[in-house]
Amino acid sequence: MVEGSDARIGVFVCHCGTNIGGFLDVPDLVEYSRRLPNVVYSKDNLYTCSDTGLTEIKNAIKENELNRVVVAACTPRTHEPLFRSVCREEGLNPYLFEFVNIRDQCSWVHMREGEAATEKAKDLIRMGVARATLLKPQEEIEIDVTQCTMVIGGGVAGMTCSLSLANQGFDVKLIERESQLGGLLNSLHKLYPNNEDASRLVSKLKGDVKKNKRIDVLISTTVSNIEGFVGNYDVTVKHGGEDEHYKVGTIVVATGAEVYRPEGLYGYDGENVVTQLELEQLLRDGGLEANSVVMIQCVGSRDRDRPYCSKICCMNALKNAMIIKEVNPESQVYILYRDIQTHGTRYEEHYREARENGVVFLKYSPERQPVVEDGTVRVFDELLGEELILPFDLVVLSAAMVAHPDVKDLAQMLKVPVDESGFFLEAHVKLRPVDFATDGLFLCGCARWPCDIGESISQAFAAASRSSVILSAGRVVAEPIISFVDEEECSGCGLCEMNCPFKAIRVEETERGRIAKVIEASCKGCGMCGAGCPQRAISMKHFSDEQLVAQINALTGGGL
Amino acid sequence: MGEKPGSVLIIGGGVAGIQAALDLGNMGIRVHLAERAPSIGGRMAQLDKTFPTNDCSICILSPKMADCSRHPNITLHTLSEVTNVLGQAGSFKVSVRKRARFVKEKDCINCGACSAKCPVKVPDEFDAGLRTRGAIYLYYLQGIPPVMTIDKEHCLYLTRGICRLCETVCPRNAIDYEQQDEELVLDVGAIVVATGFDPFDPSVITQYGYKRIANVITSLEYERLICASGPTGGHLKRPSDGGHVEKIAFIQCVGSRDLYHNPYCSSVCCMHATKEAILAHEHDPNVSSYIFYMDLRAAGKGFQKYVARAERDYNISYIKGRVASITKDGDENPIIIYEDVDSSEPRKMAVDLAILATSLVPRNGVEGLAKILAVETDEFGFLKTDPFSPLNTTRPGVFACGCCREPVDIPECVLQASGAAAKAAEVLRR
Repeated sequence: MVEGSDARIGVFVCHCGTNIGGFLDVPDLVEYSRRLPNVVYSKDNLYTCSDTGLTEIKNAIKENELNRVVVAACTPRTHEPLFRSVCREEGLNPYLFEFVNIRDQCSWVHMREGEAATEKAKDLIRMGVARATLLKPQEEIEIDVTQCTMVIGGGVAGMTCSLSLANQGFDVKLIERESQLGGLLNSLHKLYPNNEDASRLVSKLKGDVKKNKRIDVLISTTVSNIEGFVGNYDVTVKHGGEDEHYKVGTIVVATGAEVYRPEGLYGYDGENVVTQLELEQLLRDGGLEANSVVMIQCVGSRDRDRPYCSKICCMNALKNAMIIKEVNPESQVYILYRDIQTHGTRYEEHYREARENGVVFLKYSPERQPVVEDGTVRVFDELLGEELILPFDLVVLSAAMVAHPDVKDLAQMLKVPVDESGFFLEAHVKLRPVDFATDGLFLCGCARWPCDIGESISQAFAAASRSSVILSAGRVVAEPIISFVDEEECSGCGLCEMNCPFKAIRVEETERGRIAKVIEASCKGCGMCGAGCPQRAISMKHFSDEQLVAQINALTGGGL
Repeated sequence: MGEKPGSVLIIGGGVAGIQAALDLGNMGIRVHLAERAPSIGGRMAQLDKTFPTNDCSICILSPKMADCSRHPNITLHTLSEVTNVLGQAGSFKVSVRKRARFVKEKDCINCGACSAKCPVKVPDEFDAGLRTRGAIYLYYLQGIPPVMTIDKEHCLYLTRGICRLCETVCPRNAIDYEQQDEELVLDVGAIVVATGFDPFDPSVITQYGYKRIANVITSLEYERLICASGPTGGHLKRPSDGGHVEKIAFIQCVGSRDLYHNPYCSSVCCMHATKEAILAHEHDPNVSSYIFYMDLRAAGKGFQKYVARAERDYNISYIKGRVASITKDGDENPIIIYEDVDSSEPRKMAVDLAILATSLVPRNGVEGLAKILAVETDEFGFLKTDPFSPLNTTRPGVFACGCCREPVDIPECVLQASGAAAKAAEVLRR
């Protein structure tokens, strides 16, 4: 029995160690919960999500014949799937579970007002219980997955990801907007930390991609439209003025980043003052003639416009400084830096070697930036506490890595967020580093954040793995939190079709006239259709008006 | 060629091993996850919060641990170590020794009656030695499996044939002193190594006074000290006298970037010191922190913003320079002796607590494991990988992820683990 009048609700209040228990009066919340209508059981757990806590939920479902479970704890973002599956394991439909977030919304935000926060937690629990009483079982939607991934971007990350997926037996569409694969790697000379020729690595990857029958490479191609959902994305690409359509199960974004052009900074002119990228070309062509080279770090990075560190520039400068020293041992190389970023086991020794080989490191502060004048650079060295004047033949600027300007278009097509610097935002910074929050979309390489080639490669394999999880399953299960049309009430006006941002509802001619139909797999449950429906014929499954009103009434004491 | 073996062995049940197991399991591949400790969770389970989001570490890890233990394709082997590997990529035969727990996993309900009565007191590894535990003990509260373990080195009955108190008090008859180690032989197509790191022991850097000065502690000890489920229930107290802490020094690069010890950079310490200082201030807004660093390495996503916030909102000052030594005054206050970069003068600063950001070094036992796996290690003892094939060890079919290959932070561990899962899947599906 799961109908409202027979609801038997269990409430579990989590201490979350002291995250909640340290600020709220948890025993009081447990007592309070027990007195709420339809609640037949309540209990606190030190950690509801621990094996012990989960077992307590399961036992309580059995012993108290619970048909609704409310957990008052942290956030559904990380924990809802877990509690839902515990309900499922005990034979309870997972949509008869309700989450109340008393950590983020009470103990964390009202850390210094424990009593008031406890009262607020009571309100939230009361609201959760009111909604839980009216919850209905829902059936999850199963969707077939197209066994193909589209990888957008043919640099080192995109090529590596494509190869891994192909080697796992999946078809790949690899999209590159330039006329050749390789990305930034095509412009580099040698790669740190082992001075491998960039051309060698890139031609090996290109060769492997070409040989692989499962990878379909589309060069000079851009993405112009993306529709659909996990397992069934419809992508339109533009190639030679023609639109082509592809159906893919998942999409990996590997569009990389570009090097900032430091126009107007430190006398940048592309000749006497160049970027590291331009220096790479000089080194590759053997065209460098300079006895005194001054490199300036953090150009366009760690400033007001771009507060982030571009991560790769210190190692890149060290590598190029050493190459210059190798080609011309008589030359003098200065690196003006803020903090040297040589993290991990491989890079620190390059810093040491560079110093031992006579590369001079001078630390400047952002308040007193180096000044490039005619033939000299003036710099105040923080460690010496003195201003130095360095003559130069060439100034090399370690310019920031910046997001591609067309990232915004792609983000809009994918309906995924970017951060304030234009890098794509992953689903969870710690634990889902290459997933987008939208299912079936993944991310790797410098489109995510500046990173070096080794890191790009690791991320590419990671994105391949995440994509493979979906393709391997062959089917995905979607939450049934979607809209539902009461066909008796629908007048077929079509307003919902206009309002839907996901093309997930359309009016169809039926025997009974024009009626709106929901395309269940596409529906994201945003509620736009329902909100705009003049007939009030559309409701949201799992978020019905009835449930929400009950929740509000529980807060206000009724009357809505 | 015979039938392709369809499973993967993962060695190490920290966040990296867990992620690799989940990805492979969700691809429909059978996984054996071998963990040496009594529970999975690894180092991440010991941390209080994580940078740069200050997410509670165990709170975001435990759902993944639970997923792992309930996954139909994943078999957990705790207290287990690899003893032998035969064969090659695609068809390894791996021997695993599963040590006796002396507690029946099926029967133990983790009630704690046994550990409460156990007369033995030994330092608790999980709490970084800040409290003691019995010879029968729960590895940690949220551990999986959530059962007791008898440590046979210290159990009075197993060493001297006396006591058996735990057996007497156990309401479920879950104690089994007769349990024997088991040998498992697993057929797997690929192996993923995710054995993680150990913190460097700073007592060899005698000038920092670790173990000599009570209020000089390591970062990992500090994580347990401020953790809600730690030995003080999350109250930041001075080890010497339980006193209040208002001024903290964080000493960076302890054993790292140091030619006498570990010449490499441990990658995560600038950020975890920043986080730890923020947490101290969240515990008590009167706390001020001083972070003594060499180069501030905040290159990851969102890290510079985190540092800026630390300086602006949390009373945290960054001081460039390597600390020369730490002494103490009559009140057990650590005295930090350092060079002031602006004036090039030596300076002294008395604090309530000094925290050593110790290097990350390979897990003890990795050398032996590498021999068993027949893979090479680098000059520091980490598993050797190529810069452009970062997840491959020197042996085909054996992959490495996380801190066993190089110190990295949690997101990097997680993505490398997924990456290693892809590599393993490639071997199985080739």
